[in-house]
Amino acid sequence: MSPQPRMVTSAERLRRLLALVPYVATRRVVGLAETAATFGMTERELIDDLNLAWCVELRAPEPYCPIDLSYEDGEISISQAESIARPLRLAADEASALLVALRMLAEAASFGQHRDGDAVARLIAKIEDAAGAAGAASSQVTVQIEHQNARGLAATLSGALSAGKRVHLRHYNPRREEATERDVDPMRLLVVEGMTYLEGWCRRAEGVRLFRLDRVLSVDVLDVPAEVPETAEPKDVDAGLFTASPSDVLVEIELGPAARYVAEDYPCESVTDLPDGRLRIGLRTPDTAWLRRLMLRLGEGARVVSPAGLADEVRETAAAALAQYE
Amino acid sequence: MEVALSKRRTERLLSIVVLLLSSRRYLTAEQIRAAVSGYPEEQESFKRMFERDKEELRDLGIPLETGRATQFDDDLGYRISRQDYELPEIHLEPDEAAMLGIASRVWQSAELAGAATGAALKLRAASGEAGGDASGASLSATPPPGIQPRLTTQEPAFGPLWEAVRDRRPVTFDHRANGRSEVTKRTLEPWGVYNRRGRWYVAGHDRARNAPRVFRLSRITGPVKFAGPAGSVKVPEGADVRELVKDWDRPLARDHTATLRVRADAGFALHRWGRVTEDAANPGWDRVAIDYSDPEWYAGYLAEFGPDVIVLDPPELREAVIRQLKGALT
Repeated sequence: MSPQPRMVTSAERLRRLLALVPYVATRRVVGLAETAATFGMTERELIDDLNLAWCVELRAPEPYCPIDLSYEDGEISISQAESIARPLRLAADEASALLVALRMLAEAASFGQHRDGDAVARLIAKIEDAAGAAGAASSQVTVQIEHQNARGLAATLSGALSAGKRVHLRHYNPRREEATERDVDPMRLLVVEGMTYLEGWCRRAEGVRLFRLDRVLSVDVLDVPAEVPETAEPKDVDAGLFTASPSDVLVEIELGPAARYVAEDYPCESVTDLPDGRLRIGLRTPDTAWLRRLMLRLGEGARVVSPAGLADEVRETAAAALAQYE
Repeated sequence: MEVALSKRRTERLLSIVVLLLSSRRYLTAEQIRAAVSGYPEEQESFKRMFERDKEELRDLGIPLETGRATQFDDDLGYRISRQDYELPEIHLEPDEAAMLGIASRVWQSAELAGAATGAALKLRAASGEAGGDASGASLSATPPPGIQPRLTTQEPAFGPLWEAVRDRRPVTFDHRANGRSEVTKRTLEPWGVYNRRGRWYVAGHDRARNAPRVFRLSRITGPVKFAGPAGSVKVPEGADVRELVKDWDRPLARDHTATLRVRADAGFALHRWGRVTEDAANPGWDRVAIDYSDPEWYAGYLAEFGPDVIVLDPPELREAVIRQLKGALT
């Protein structure tokens, strides 16, 4: 949450002020820099907001200024906040968005048998209490984390992370239909798209890699301290787990109705509806071996348009397999 | 210019909130106008502006009440009940406050992340958690090494369905079932949304089918429209969206067994999850027995292995794999 200067609407700003004034009032004195960081704004923006609150004047029946505050030497204090010394109740969207996120956090923590679970459970109970009816809709939004094969591994890896130890993984890659062994220095555990991943510095690939826990066949915690290079950048998972590089091969495929799901399940660069109900997709990949496998699986339901080399490979592999049945 | 306008508007709205919260009586529009700076002289533009302000306050969730200012007064007045406005007392421990920060980062969508952050700020504003700030338990602090979950909502249908579920409103949308090219129009009383393996589903009562149905959000094409007023959907007692989606997406029982010949140095998954025996007559190959559920689906899976696998039994699986491979020839 790095503060970025941007236009806020009057409603957003009012919402912020109605939390900011009580935030300071509850604490009596609070640091300017720390408050700005908490609210995700710059100190300049914070001072503008404080000035705005301080300037509020009611003219009738008697003119008076309801909010009195000061800021100096990097500290803010509010001596009078009148009727807005307490924050506004949670709106339904706010309570629901937060509760859904917390319940997901609770599930993830229980899963890694992490100590956070306790704090999250207490927090959920307090918020449900404070939100009242506003939190009701959150029970209709459920997020499930896939547990298959991952629970024990998550706990082991979470332990390795806290202890700062290197791990040895046996990992199955279904795209290449092979298992590999590697030493990994753990960086973090993530849940993305419902699946749990270990992110770490892979000493075999000499790079940051994500390992899906349900594909980890075994893990040994080594008695060696993890050494994550300072240059190792965590992956920006919001950009998608698989980010293609422009230098990757562009593959174009036509999908029949039964194969449309491919467009939903794989990150496509382009998806075009064809007039006959077929779908043409374009995707980039550094390695086409998995696409050859996918095409064999789809059979007559799909066809490679380009590159021609991949289309040939699919046909040749199918022919070689068929020859064995003759 | 625009910035100055927006700032004056914020000032005016803030003044109204302070004024109405401090007043026990209902205040008329004219009394509010007299107390608050920034309203125009001209009556019609004042009315329009005041209407917009009321709407904006209500959108923020401020409980603006209306009532008669006095027993003898015909004009409606306004006030904000403190009890309805104020967040109840809450006290957070520093570790709980730290979890608020992590929870605010779970949603990837800007809107829901904004809503979660808004809630987190209100809670922290209400609770001066002792020592929490000094010890770095602020929303921007680095999270401790737990599991960091992220929740994405790329499907355009998510926003309107979230609102529909929240407000209990029926919806209509076009839906394309898996494996179909035609689209059908559905009217659904949504009971809830559910995320499984990163995919969003909505479950509810399908009016035309008169039965519970589950739809995957990525298969909803075009806009989701509201088909009735808020509060008009009744979620039946005991309706469990999680169970509905699980039922709909349940893995089938693996009640068939295939016998395969698999190249000894290939087919990792078949070797690992099947029962492997040596194939003495064919050096370099193993014999693998493995259980599966749906023959058509499994034939597709086995075709992936190309010449590394030969299906020996049962004949219908063998035929299905041959068909599959012939399909890939064209």
